[in-house]
Amino acid sequence: MNKPVDLKGLVLDPVTNDQRYIGSSEPRHQARRLIEGQGTYVDDIQLPRMGHVVYWRSPVAHMKIGKIHTEQASKMPGVLAIVDGVKMAELCKPWVATLGHLAGMKSAPQYALAIDRACWQGEPVVAVVAETRAQAEDALQFVDVEWEELPAVVSMETALDADTPVIHPELGDNLCFTRTLDVGQVDEVFATADIVAEATFGFGRHTGVTLEPRCQIADYNPGDRRLTVYHSQQAPHMMQDLYCRQFGLSESDVHVICKDVGGSFGIKVHAYPDDFATVGLAMMLERPVKFVADRLESFTSDIHAREHRIKGRIAANKEGDILAFEIDDLTAIGPYSMFPRTSAIEGNQVVNLVGGPYKHQNYRAKLNVVFQNKTPTCQYRGVGHPIACAVTEGLVDLAAQKLKMDPLEFRKRNVIPDDAYPCSGISGIKLEVLSHEQCLRTIEKMMDYSALRKEQAELRKKGIYRGIGFATLIELTNPSPAFYGVGGARIASQDGASARLDPSGVVSILIGVGEQGQGTEGIYAQIAADAVGLSIKNVRIITGDTDVTPYGGGTWASRGAGVGGEAVLLACQALQENILKLAGAILTRSPEELSVRRGHVLDKATGEQLLPFSEIGRIGYFRTDTLPVGFSADLMVTRHYTQKEYPFIFTNGVQASYVEVDPDTGFVKLLKHWAVEDCGRVLNPMLVDEQVRGAIVQGIGGVLFEECIYDESGLLRNGSMADYLVPMANEMPDIEVAHVETPTQSSKLGAKGAGEAGTAGAPGAVQNAINDALAPFNTAVFDQPITCEKILKALGKV
Amino acid sequence: MSLKKKITMTVNGLTVNAEIEPRRHLVDFLREDLHLKGPHLGCEQGACGACTVKVDGKIIRGCLYLAVQANGCVVETIEGLTKSGALADLQEAFMRHNAMQCGFCSSGMLLAAAELVEKLPQSTREEVREWISGNYCRCTGYHSIVDAIMAVLQARAKGEKIKPVVALA
Ligand code: FES
Ligand code: FES
Repeated sequence: MNKPVDLKGLVLDPVTNDQRYIGSSEPRHQARRLIEGQGTYVDDIQLPRMGHVVYWRSPVAHMKIGKIHTEQASKMPGVLAIVDGVKMAELCKPWVATLGHLAGMKSAPQYALAIDRACWQGEPVVAVVAETRAQAEDALQFVDVEWEELPAVVSMETALDADTPVIHPELGDNLCFTRTLDVGQVDEVFATADIVAEATFGFGRHTGVTLEPRCQIADYNPGDRRLTVYHSQQAPHMMQDLYCRQFGLSESDVHVICKDVGGSFGIKVHAYPDDFATVGLAMMLERPVKFVADRLESFTSDIHAREHRIKGRIAANKEGDILAFEIDDLTAIGPYSMFPRTSAIEGNQVVNLVGGPYKHQNYRAKLNVVFQNKTPTCQYRGVGHPIACAVTEGLVDLAAQKLKMDPLEFRKRNVIPDDAYPCSGISGIKLEVLSHEQCLRTIEKMMDYSALRKEQAELRKKGIYRGIGFATLIELTNPSPAFYGVGGARIASQDGASARLDPSGVVSILIGVGEQGQGTEGIYAQIAADAVGLSIKNVRIITGDTDVTPYGGGTWASRGAGVGGEAVLLACQALQENILKLAGAILTRSPEELSVRRGHVLDKATGEQLLPFSEIGRIGYFRTDTLPVGFSADLMVTRHYTQKEYPFIFTNGVQASYVEVDPDTGFVKLLKHWAVEDCGRVLNPMLVDEQVRGAIVQGIGGVLFEECIYDESGLLRNGSMADYLVPMANEMPDIEVAHVETPTQSSKLGAKGAGEAGTAGAPGAVQNAINDALAPFNTAVFDQPITCEKILKALGKV
Repeated sequence: MSLKKKITMTVNGLTVNAEIEPRRHLVDFLREDLHLKGPHLGCEQGACGACTVKVDGKIIRGCLYLAVQANGCVVETIEGLTKSGALADLQEAFMRHNAMQCGFCSSGMLLAAAELVEKLPQSTREEVREWISGNYCRCTGYHSIVDAIMAVLQARAKGEKIKPVVALA
């Protein structure tokens, strides 16, 4: 059973004057609709005259597009339009996804529908719109595209070779971005260190597999020249801005609505070519057009992530101090950098984060990001963190092994101490305040480490091979404009919230950050209830509508709680002030003599209830004639918050995994997983636990099962849920979660992000646990996903 | 262009008559023709369980089942089962344990869980995990779903009901 959440250590000073929800495991009351089958996901919406689009996508990795024959298809029943790239480009401009602050980064112009060439299997080429989805699919089979296969760049290892074709000749080569970092005396340290350990780490491409596929309805009304887009998306204002720019509209012409979103994980924070194409079709046809990706389309057109090969080494002295890290990272991103966040960010994060938890003073990193003819890659949950963490922690374990030191002791000795903050990490990252030491102590106790080691040793004598693996990690959250804004991307790092007292006494919160399952609505309701001072029952949260919510960045980089939550707090505290001012005007008393509690204005001194919120609403809206001349009630306030003190607010945590490896079959059984997470102030322990667990399971997917497998010609071989393995309940272990709370000082709320650290740490922890189990055989595997076959190969059995 | 077939069935207690293409899947019929939003489409190939509905008392995958096959049958979806209260305990337990995040898997998961509660009331944690392994959840990590189902099994064993989740006044 789930242990009752340990609230010890969670008692930070309250942030509001009537606090009872913040910090407690309040259920997500608004989520009830989801378990009653009453959510509204995009595919649940049907509009009058709505057409359905399906896309003819490139069947090969790289091809020249010849003549497109549509005569036959356009005669099929129900067909409304068939549109190719040339026609689409009359409406929608191409884009180039680079960022100014990633020096030297390049990419080629990309079109909503491919023109002349298609550069990956799955790139949309022709759109077919019909009255029903089935009719569109029927007609699709009669679209005849003449094409000629071109040589494909598949392997990233040879992408930069002189005899490899250049995917975009105008760029000169297949190099998208390169970066080197050299701090300290790396060569000297490696030459004189007592021990040096090294390994090459492989990471398979994988993808998000949101259970609800990407989907969208675009609706253009020629009467008022307004475009409305219902979208399963994480960043409504970002999409509004992109539609404006690509189609030459202004913000007020575009309305983006994101209702329930069936999983996102970063997959739904990018702008896809078919997003623009669907909008273009709605504008051409002047009627609503719905696009819902089928699962095969999801596998070939949703962004992929994490294809890296990293050579890494570590140096330490015999006392057990880590002296240096060095990495060489090669990664491939498909044929285009993804719009608008760019695909160079993942590798850049790896460079920033390797070695991040530790005190060492010497670090060298080299990064090459190359193009290839596979599905574009971009930010997916954790972005670079799982890679950096698995490399760092794999090397740390190798060093500990060489020094014959216990891996937990070795970590304790080397992490940046809890009293050293604020400080800079060796790669230049600014660390505000972290708690590695406390987290390591907590996990040791939680898992009863010494007992587990004993059990492991005894079982080993009986031929049962179990392993324990750790992963210490840092994660960047609460981003400032340093992430994208400075690079020229129009992605808001600020968020705004409006708090409105409605006449009935209910408080409505309008905010740019939406709900994709994290519990955003839940924590905002908690914050609002506490900050205004009323029951959570009387709070409504309205998100995901660019016409009504203040401008904001949406969901990415674990910013919902730390940035969005802070905006809600500020707006609600301001609303409480205005409520008190109005009450003072009604009662002809000084607002200082009054306070708010549980939906009532009270006499501060006696606690006597003077006015319920419904009375404040009644007078504030309907009887302003009774108020002093010139008094304005202002029962709706908006506040914005942007985190400006650090480029990001880092969180930290540690995970441990306990596994059993069967040396005869290579089969890995996950026995148990532990996580200690410090996300600053914990707004709702139950929701954070579940964020951590869900994220860990996605990380476990990456280390054990998930891989987009391509053949030599660049064709995806496992584009279905039956072939692409994601974790199911049966293989997953119970996951114990504990919290350490080190609030950030950059906000009143003190909350940091919690959405991705689980995914960041799990691959490293599981990889280390497997290698610990394999230690008696003097072998190890550093190539993810770590399959049975790879383990058997390492054991020399196949 | 194809021949349409006349069908009649009971959906969530109401009689439904329709004329549909024989190739139409049950879940498409329920979602698009009857405007039910509960059963979802995650894979359309029988792998994920998001489309789970009940036909004549048994759970089936609505994406693999033709609507004409359900001719003359009793069909129930999460909407109907919520109304009748058949899932109330599970739904309260899901609320209390936060056993849903995006909720896209939840209708299928709840229907699968309800069948387990009915058929294997003595299940252990491992057996619960095995039983729900036909249903993908990409968000939760499953732990909380297992907790919620176990809570219902334990309450049932003691003859208790799960207390409704209510907000503090
Ligand atoms: S949609 Fe039917 S099983 Fe996935
Ligand atoms: S809650 Fe999102 S798929 Fe289960």
